[in-house]
Amino acid sequence: MNNKNISRRNLFKVSAIAGGGLMLKLSLPVNALEDSRTTLVKSSELNFYVQIASDGQITIYAPNPEMGQGIKTTLPMIIAEEMGANWDDVEVVLAPIDPAKFGMQGSGGSMSVTRNFDAMRRMGASAREMLIGAASELMEVERRDLKAEASRVIHGSGRSMSFGQLASVAAQQPVPVPEQLSFKDPRSYSIIGTSVGSVDNLVIATGLTKFGIDVDIPGMKFAGYTRCPRPGGKAISFNESEIKALPGVIDAFILQPDARSGKASMAFLDGLAALQGGVAIVGEDTWSVFSAKAKLKVSWDESGASKDQWSKMVTDARAIAVKGGGEVKLAGASVTEALSDGNNRTLEAFYEFPYVAHVCMEPMNCTVDFRKGSAGKPDSLEIWLGSQFPNQVKEIAENMLGVKQENVVVHGLRMGGGFGRRAVHDFAAEAMAISHQSGLPVKLTWTRTDDIHNDYFRVGGFENMKGAVSLDGKLAAWDQHYIGFADDKGKRVIGSGLRGNELSMVAFDNARVSQTMMPVATACGAWRAPGSNTNAFVEQSFIHELASLAERDHLEFLTELMGSRRWIKDGDISALNTGRAIDVIKLAAQKAGWGKAMPEGHGLGLAFYFCHAAHVAEVAEVSVDVDKNYSVKRVTVAVDVGPIINMSGAINQVQGSIVDGLSTMALQEITMQNGRIEQDNFHQYPVMRIASTPEIDVHFIQSDNKPTGLGEPALPPLAPAVTNAIFAATGKRIRSMPLSNEGYKLV
Amino acid sequence: MSKHKLTVNGNSLEVDVEGDMPLLWVLRDKFKLTGTKFGCGIAQCGACTVHIDGVAVRSCVLPVSSVTGLVTTIEGLAQGEDLHPLQSAWIEHDVPQCGYCQAGQIMSAAALLSKNSQPSDNDIDQALAGNYCRCGTYVRIRRAVHTAASFYNADKRNS
Ligand code: FES
Ligand code: FES
Repeated sequence: MNNKNISRRNLFKVSAIAGGGLMLKLSLPVNALEDSRTTLVKSSELNFYVQIASDGQITIYAPNPEMGQGIKTTLPMIIAEEMGANWDDVEVVLAPIDPAKFGMQGSGGSMSVTRNFDAMRRMGASAREMLIGAASELMEVERRDLKAEASRVIHGSGRSMSFGQLASVAAQQPVPVPEQLSFKDPRSYSIIGTSVGSVDNLVIATGLTKFGIDVDIPGMKFAGYTRCPRPGGKAISFNESEIKALPGVIDAFILQPDARSGKASMAFLDGLAALQGGVAIVGEDTWSVFSAKAKLKVSWDESGASKDQWSKMVTDARAIAVKGGGEVKLAGASVTEALSDGNNRTLEAFYEFPYVAHVCMEPMNCTVDFRKGSAGKPDSLEIWLGSQFPNQVKEIAENMLGVKQENVVVHGLRMGGGFGRRAVHDFAAEAMAISHQSGLPVKLTWTRTDDIHNDYFRVGGFENMKGAVSLDGKLAAWDQHYIGFADDKGKRVIGSGLRGNELSMVAFDNARVSQTMMPVATACGAWRAPGSNTNAFVEQSFIHELASLAERDHLEFLTELMGSRRWIKDGDISALNTGRAIDVIKLAAQKAGWGKAMPEGHGLGLAFYFCHAAHVAEVAEVSVDVDKNYSVKRVTVAVDVGPIINMSGAINQVQGSIVDGLSTMALQEITMQNGRIEQDNFHQYPVMRIASTPEIDVHFIQSDNKPTGLGEPALPPLAPAVTNAIFAATGKRIRSMPLSNEGYKLV
Repeated sequence: MSKHKLTVNGNSLEVDVEGDMPLLWVLRDKFKLTGTKFGCGIAQCGACTVHIDGVAVRSCVLPVSSVTGLVTTIEGLAQGEDLHPLQSAWIEHDVPQCGYCQAGQIMSAAALLSKNSQPSDNDIDQALAGNYCRCGTYVRIRRAVHTAASFYNADKRNS
């Protein structure tokens, strides 16, 4: 690896060109790559996160894994702000995996900003105080007359010294007591709240970024792994001699399932996963391995394999819906009475949502170098991967291979998408086992088919809804029966069932909520806004159904349901605040021109959802023709996640969530046939293409609440906003996703 | 195995592999040019897009034995230290999220701009129809292509 320092200051020579634009120029060897350590040699360390070189370059460590959610840029911005740094002087380096220094280095649940905001402010403020201390000493002036700004410490008289000049003396200053640190007045922010480009844009645009799949280590071989097409099956034998004779193949062997590698079914934060049985192939290059995989003939023991059948799940769920019952989560005062009251208008509707896959653009992969100990040296293991929780792989190494955690070195790389998939490390268990068994350093790369078949899917499910509205058009009763899935131990799989913060659970007067779980063997996992991404569709569609039944304006009906402005649990960011809800709903509606006359075949649809501490409302504008070709023209989004740290990054997350939400509701479905996943690649599991992209208009209410994350919460309201708009345009109600199954074609 | 001679980013290179190995894997595994990405292997996602004689192709389905023209990958798109206008525009518009698809997006867009320096939204949608972005950065991709087109034209007038 080339260790040349790449600072953005050195990267760009900005030159004006005719036409008034600015052209950025690259001024470094094209093979220069980010490398953390050597850039810091002449730097002074102020704390674990901040180093300043004598030439003024400021290096800030980004603690959390980056998967496209922008955290590598966002957290350092907070530090730089409190320090008084000039952002252009900052070089961001991904921190090594070292929880002792950097805390819980994980990305998931849209909590990175919330969890780290104060810690990052402290790091920045602490560095600032040390720089001010140094300036006070060197300039022989009082601390209180000094301030830090634009990478300089400035005295009231106008004299100043640069951070670079101060760095070495600053590093000798006592570390400030955290409780005595004060933070900047947000009104004086010059970095937080602005639009800052992602720190890796240049290396991405020039193809120099290293993702996990790009790792290359000395002596590395390439590996593939083929599991039983029915989850839970084991390999008995395979055409070993034929496979081993193929060009480029070095080794091929069976791996047995290994329970020591962790849990088969994930719980979000202990995302270890069992090594599944299958056949490993090691070769000279990826293509030789993939070609050999295609020629594998395996005899499988399927006695313990999944028999999941989506079509049967649908039939069973419909029967359960008719029967009713289930575990009662909320009883409601007089739901049955209101539903049978002849004066009320009532409605019953069955909703359905499918299993979907993550299909991260970068298929799962992992590079492992297992080294057998000798001469008193213990076994050790080095591992390179893109993971949302990289440190967790150490447990797999210890439990499965007996390598002590202190002898495992983990390198976390940029992820080509995560969305919850890279919170589970089954692929890492496979790579470890293959390196261990073959005695070779290997990079395991999954084919897209492996990636789809072996996903930890967004769980599908059903909700049977009943509702009543009174003669004066008010909600009289809400009856919600969630029919979801639990694993073989009866534990609800992640994302299935209601979480407790749904509107029905916290805001409605007369609601009954019950839950029935069916068994599932197919692996389920966290998929962008788990639970919320499907329940929002049902809840927000059914509210619209009831508003229509009551012949009420949807906007009015929805805001009325929120009741008085109140915080359901005072001070708890994970609790709904009806005031903030009403504000985003009204803002989205106003910006979208709610109530305006729409041309024939056009409609506006509204939806709101609260999850991940975020209040988000969306209005979709769609057009639908008689052949059910529909197009989403524009989506207007109003978001309250408190103050925005990086405006450009925040808008990017919202835009991405809208596209992801649309892609999923319009096109995507995973089905099981006797345990086997029926979709093999993108031809059967498409992703939305550029032409279908709506205009996306994003508005933030920057309330003075704590800043919270935005990787997930803008997704859930999209599907109901679109189906509500289709109803407005056509009078047709859609109660099942994806819309392609209902004959609708997204154009 | 047989020897295949290729010109990649202006360099003459030789590789000894099976003739059916797709160009993608020759670039990535043999030449260590990992900017070109693997996404599907069946010409559906565009992550593997490179140019052959300036035309955008899906390298995951192109056997190395059939490659005759000059190959350009994302690593060879900048002219020395001058970024391609698309690369500048990508940075200016803060396009990437995870970044994995972006090399393919930029290569498809570059092939478009070389033929059509004032593309409409529709032209962009067609030229980039083969490129998935799972993170959903399409809005910014469109804007960045328009910006790059204005750089491109300004640059041409300049020279
Ligand atoms: S990898 Fe070539 S099109 Fe997907
Ligand atoms: S930026 Fe992640 S797939 Fe496009």
